[in-house]
Amino acid sequence: MTDLLLAARNVTKQFPGVLANDDVSVELKPGRILALLGENGAGKSTLVNVLFGMYRPDGGQIIIKDEVVDLRGPDDAISRGIGMVHQHFQLVPPMRVVENIVLGAEPTKRGLVDLDEARLRVVELSTKYGLEVDPDALVEDLPVGMQQRVEILKALYRNADVLILDEPTGVLTPQEADHLLRVLRGLTETGVGIVFITHKLREVLAIADDIVVLREGRVVGTTTPDQATESGLAEMMVGRSVVLRVEKQAAQPGDVVLQVDDLKVNDDRGQLAVDGVSLQVRAGEIVGVAGVEGNGQRELVEAITGLRHASSGAMAIGGKPLTNSSTRQIAANGVGHIPEDREKHGIIAAYSLAENSVLNRYHRTPFSSRGIMHREVIYEHAQSVVEEFDVRTPSVTVAASSLSGGNKQKLIVGREFSENIKLLVAAQPTRGIDIGAIEFIHRRIVEQRDKGAAVLLVSAELDEILSLADRVAVLYDGKLVDVLDANVATRERVGLLMAGITD
Amino acid sequence: MKARQRQLLWIAVVLIVVLACSFYSANGPQTTAVLAGTVRAATLLTLGALCGMIGERSGVVNIGIEGQFLMSAFFAFTVTSITGSLFMGAMAGIATGLTMGWMLAAMAVGLKVDQIIAGTVLNIGALGLTSFFYDGSRSLGVGKYTNIDLGSLADLPLVGTVFFSRPPITYLTMVLLVVVHVALFRSVWGMRTRAIGEHPGAADTVGIDVLRLRYINVTLAGGFAGLGGSYLALEAVGTFSRGMSGGRGFLALAVMIFGRRSPFGAYAAALFFGFTTALQNHFQLNSVFDIPPQFVGMLPFVVTIIVVALSGLMGSMRDPAALGQTYEKG
Repeated sequence: MTDLLLAARNVTKQFPGVLANDDVSVELKPGRILALLGENGAGKSTLVNVLFGMYRPDGGQIIIKDEVVDLRGPDDAISRGIGMVHQHFQLVPPMRVVENIVLGAEPTKRGLVDLDEARLRVVELSTKYGLEVDPDALVEDLPVGMQQRVEILKALYRNADVLILDEPTGVLTPQEADHLLRVLRGLTETGVGIVFITHKLREVLAIADDIVVLREGRVVGTTTPDQATESGLAEMMVGRSVVLRVEKQAAQPGDVVLQVDDLKVNDDRGQLAVDGVSLQVRAGEIVGVAGVEGNGQRELVEAITGLRHASSGAMAIGGKPLTNSSTRQIAANGVGHIPEDREKHGIIAAYSLAENSVLNRYHRTPFSSRGIMHREVIYEHAQSVVEEFDVRTPSVTVAASSLSGGNKQKLIVGREFSENIKLLVAAQPTRGIDIGAIEFIHRRIVEQRDKGAAVLLVSAELDEILSLADRVAVLYDGKLVDVLDANVATRERVGLLMAGITD
Repeated sequence: MKARQRQLLWIAVVLIVVLACSFYSANGPQTTAVLAGTVRAATLLTLGALCGMIGERSGVVNIGIEGQFLMSAFFAFTVTSITGSLFMGAMAGIATGLTMGWMLAAMAVGLKVDQIIAGTVLNIGALGLTSFFYDGSRSLGVGKYTNIDLGSLADLPLVGTVFFSRPPITYLTMVLLVVVHVALFRSVWGMRTRAIGEHPGAADTVGIDVLRLRYINVTLAGGFAGLGGSYLALEAVGTFSRGMSGGRGFLALAVMIFGRRSPFGAYAAALFFGFTTALQNHFQLNSVFDIPPQFVGMLPFVVTIIVVALSGLMGSMRDPAALGQTYEKG
């Protein structure tokens, strides 16, 4: 038995302008689970991409099974028994499960792909590891949890004895995540070593044997679950003490601001995605919408903000019916929107920060008159947003694309909050940003609530919902399964609802 | 859904057979002529569609088929004229197609030029160069490819003439249909090709060299268009003339889309479009309608517009997800 399955020794990787990995060393032994913990941009992904042969390190060594190796590409890593489950699944949607699993290492018979043989191997593997899946299903028809199984089977089919998982639980319900953790634990008993990337502290403590914390490309701590605490790990990740809980007073709900009645909305493929949702959000309260991604959250938010046509039902803001109104009309009625995909709907990357800061009202005074925009006023406004919302940038004239994710998000929040809003629709407001920015944005959302805004918060991070929301609505399969008051919304209860279990 | 589609397919086939038989019994020679014309027109479209399909299945749009046809026809003609060998001419046509394919690959895959622009470069280049170098006094010198009867099969009524008494490139095209079908849907190459057209990132992470495979496929696909060019100069017409591909490289793309980027689907679509061409010829030759020939000549193109628009409306077509996008690692 080998002693070291996989190790990085003093790995350094430089990207233009960023030292992504600076003298990083980690070790993985057979049958162990190594958790790599760090914020976005801490260098976790770079490190595993180096270990998987996607990037070549500028310095340092990679050791696979006690041997120093020079990886020329992912196929090189795969042939040495490294398997990777990417955060964004690397599956071909219109192809079958079995085809996806064998792709790149196809068994052949007389020059053609031997799918019968492939199917046998897949069934054998899935029974052996408790990862049941229909080999002939099309990947595009499978729920995400199943797709993840396919990814794991893909690695096991290639005889991987090291499995690297990049943020594997982000797309799962708490129960599915627990199941995954059990499967992983089972795998380690066969001698497989696992590298587990995450930013969820709770999971790290639950599953890891060894914990390595990265910050700004460097290893800042190595520990084990029995010596670590959540707050200790968070502090290591961020480099200062952090408040994990959001400080807030009890809500003082006022009049109904957002009224949604029996709303039905189709998704891009024309399938019913929001199936008769009725919901009220009052002034001064935060209603959190929990659910596994893809259960209609996106379509609901887009219908409320005017980005998507609702096929039936009604929506009113402040008593004014606005079903299927334009985004501009809806915004003009005091709605702020933090969109789920900030790159696509939140900013225009090629525009300057100043231009981005007035995207929702460049056409109104004082920013423009008679079709001409007033640059000075816009710059001044942008400057105040930058200062008030702590957007780190050299100037307001640089392109928004040059900002980090967290700063882009703060810019969007600043833009949406710089006017008095009656309703805030925040979709995944803290996705992929650093803890500092998360804290900041959470505080600002609560502040809006206290100023009397109604807040609809949609998030895939259950922790975010539980810590911010005054009421928790759970979406499953396009339907609102239940609405709970925050004090009875426990992780377990909401988790079951997220899986559609109501009793 | 699948079962219903199959059902519709059978109904269509039966309908076509019944129609063909009744027309044949009414007027044998003319029905045979129209259907033979259908197969003739379909060959070029099929070869173009095969070229386009291999590219698009790998994620690369090829709108340069028109130019590939034209340039290959030019070289097929010129080489035959010099050497006196149809075979050498056909080989030259294929080689030209491969070269054009390689140029498209170099631009669209290697240099990551916008794929539409790269294809347009081929089209404009081919039109300009062949027009400039075309020597009107030159002739093929030898007769064009003639029909080969496939034994007693050729003696069958109607189908004998339509399918089993054809020149060589037409037969070769039918063989290639089967070859490409098996290769695309059953071979390792085909599985990887479909993967890089749908999700190049996924293919990359399992160690498939996306850019290399695209490079190879786009080059290889050019060979099919090259054969098409040879067909045009050496089998269909027997000479070269300026701009002789006449938009059929673009029509081939419509055929490919309508045939859902599968070889047999494309052949069915090509027969359909070929039929409109043959019918249009028939109308003109026999002055069936008393309207100017220019209007009758529009028939195939009008049908193209209608069919492509309708098939878009039906929403049954799905492009490969990564079609037209250059692939960047990481």
